[in-house]
Amino acid sequence: MIKAREIHGLAALDQMFAAARAQGRAAFLPYFPIGYPTHQASLDAVAAMAEEGADGFEIGIPFSDPIADGPTIQAATQVALENGTTVRKCLDAVGTLRAKGISQPMLMMGYANPLVAYGTDRFVRDARRAGADGLIVPDLPPEEATLFAGSCAREGLALVFFLAPTSNDRRIAMAAEHATGFIYVVSLTGITGARAQLPAYLTDFIARLRSRTDKPLVLGFGISKPEHARQVSDLMDGFIVGSALVRAGGESAAAVRELARSLRGVL
Amino acid sequence: MTEPYIRTDLADLPDARGYFGEFGGRFVPETIIPALDELEGAYADAIADPAFHAELAHLQRTYTGRPTPVSYARRLSERLGGAQIYLKREDLAHTGAHKINNALGQGLLAKRMGKKRIIAETGAGQHGVGTATAMALLGLECHVYMGTVDIKRQQPNVFRMKLLGAEVIPVTSGSRTLKDAINEAMRDWVTNVETTFYLLGSALGPHPYPMMVRDFQSVIGVEAREQIQELTGQLPEACIACVGGGSNAIGMFHAFRDDDGTELIGVEAGGHGIESREHAARFADLDISRPGILHGTRSYVMQDEDGQIMETHSISAGLDYPSVGPEHAHLRQMERAFYTMATDEEALEAFQVLSVTEGIIPALESSHALAEAIKRAPTMPRDSVLLVNLSGRGDKDLDTVIGVLGS
Ligand SMILES: Cc1ncc(COP(=O)(O)O)c(C=O)c1O
Repeated sequence: MIKAREIHGLAALDQMFAAARAQGRAAFLPYFPIGYPTHQASLDAVAAMAEEGADGFEIGIPFSDPIADGPTIQAATQVALENGTTVRKCLDAVGTLRAKGISQPMLMMGYANPLVAYGTDRFVRDARRAGADGLIVPDLPPEEATLFAGSCAREGLALVFFLAPTSNDRRIAMAAEHATGFIYVVSLTGITGARAQLPAYLTDFIARLRSRTDKPLVLGFGISKPEHARQVSDLMDGFIVGSALVRAGGESAAAVRELARSLRGVL
Repeated sequence: MTEPYIRTDLADLPDARGYFGEFGGRFVPETIIPALDELEGAYADAIADPAFHAELAHLQRTYTGRPTPVSYARRLSERLGGAQIYLKREDLAHTGAHKINNALGQGLLAKRMGKKRIIAETGAGQHGVGTATAMALLGLECHVYMGTVDIKRQQPNVFRMKLLGAEVIPVTSGSRTLKDAINEAMRDWVTNVETTFYLLGSALGPHPYPMMVRDFQSVIGVEAREQIQELTGQLPEACIACVGGGSNAIGMFHAFRDDDGTELIGVEAGGHGIESREHAARFADLDISRPGILHGTRSYVMQDEDGQIMETHSISAGLDYPSVGPEHAHLRQMERAFYTMATDEEALEAFQVLSVTEGIIPALESSHALAEAIKRAPTMPRDSVLLVNLSGRGDKDLDTVIGVLGS
């Protein structure tokens, strides 16, 4: 059943969080890079996760020098580049997924340089046209927000900023002021990659953030298992799973579907 | 010492956000922003403390062997029959390159900040050796990231780092050269930021590195400006330096910034020539190099149409890098400095010419600057002066040169 999306951008994200909250759980936001292990397989992976009840997606745009990523995503995005993945193809992928009727919010996730090369205003406009709802740039701190803030505001897209365990009160205030849609909370001091356990300080860390901002908080980095999902579901407005799903994606479409189902199933 | 050893008064840039005009800034993951703030604060504090200046000045004098001399290249100048060529002898600094100036400066800062674990990246191995040396001296733990391509072509420096007690961590991702070593060092820093000091080796990266590295290297130009006037009674027509990330060049240029009669010339790696697309001439090949963002700073970046970073080529590992320090991009835009390039072949030729005419075996990096001097000198009057920054010595490059020329 294909129906046109009625709401877009920030409003779609607000609705996503409200719906999850109404069910007493956190929103499940998988990350998956376009072009891995092949272009078609990456689209199939997103489609499968949409069927399994993912609430929204981070659509990864590969970059040759991903300094915030661990070995799993480094290797996957390298394969994606070898497969000829470009910024344009990532935007087209969103268009294709929308045409298939996938209506969950999608955020483009990519390092600054390819987006700058594409043209920042042009990128945001084309992302909106393709059906994306927001933008996440891991090497863009709020200090440099002006690169995208104007165009995101104009197009009604979310511009997400990060907070980390190292962020002090001044940083928290800055992210709270500049982020739209949600704040991406990095669970640990480190790079992306599946971890065996979530850090023990998480509850206190999130409480500290909650006391300083009303923006939705989405946790990422290290979350890989259903037990992690269960743990963070009460604490967070949403959570992101990347490396574990990417690793499954390298095995088979069925493995991605199965992991997504088990992550979503415990919420 | 009557005046401060680190001359921050020479600069009015970067601005508070770390920008040199439209270049520079801070494009890094949030996790390390607080560490950059802390570093910036600690550096400002150190610069305001006469004891920090005194300690660095003392080490530079009694350990590095500063001031390094300026030598007149008489036979080379005679052979070329034009301008008189003078060499600022950073090859005579302890460890054989200018990199030690920055390694000692940042090392003292790390110690002051109470950081005990030091990480660094290296291309040619000179910054790795400089850092390993400074850390041995200061008693700090040292880990150096180095691409496996560079490990192969700079074996003597790999061995030196290990002898000096550093751990050399091979980097196998991407092009396996300097760019990838920086990626890995940044990933390490993101992970261990609370205990670790990242001792970056060139005038690049996120603010405050381009400023701080420049300040620690500006001793080159401050000394040379005085020395060249003492020797020749005049300021040079031009200062010439090779440009990898840009630290030896910015260190040389800075003291001459307000000397309008002195041209500032940076020489990039022309590799196999611009048409071959196998080079690291970020300012020469504007089809594939344009302003972009790499390793936390906005500057010229060699990239494909889609913004993916391109692999570069140079015979010299120290110049083999797809971006360039942001202050150079600014100086070029302001037309205060000019940038040209020398090919592998021209650098190899200069390497041999200096060896036989002056008894100095230069680093392949520095040979690029010499190649430009060799091109220019014959076109200039005999009473004009060219000052070349001889950023390092060539012992580390003998394997590479033997590989090309045969033994
Ligand atoms: C002797 C020498 N000169 C120059 C360079 C290039 O670096 P920079 O441009 O930062 O001076 C290097 C780098 O390793 C080097 O070893």
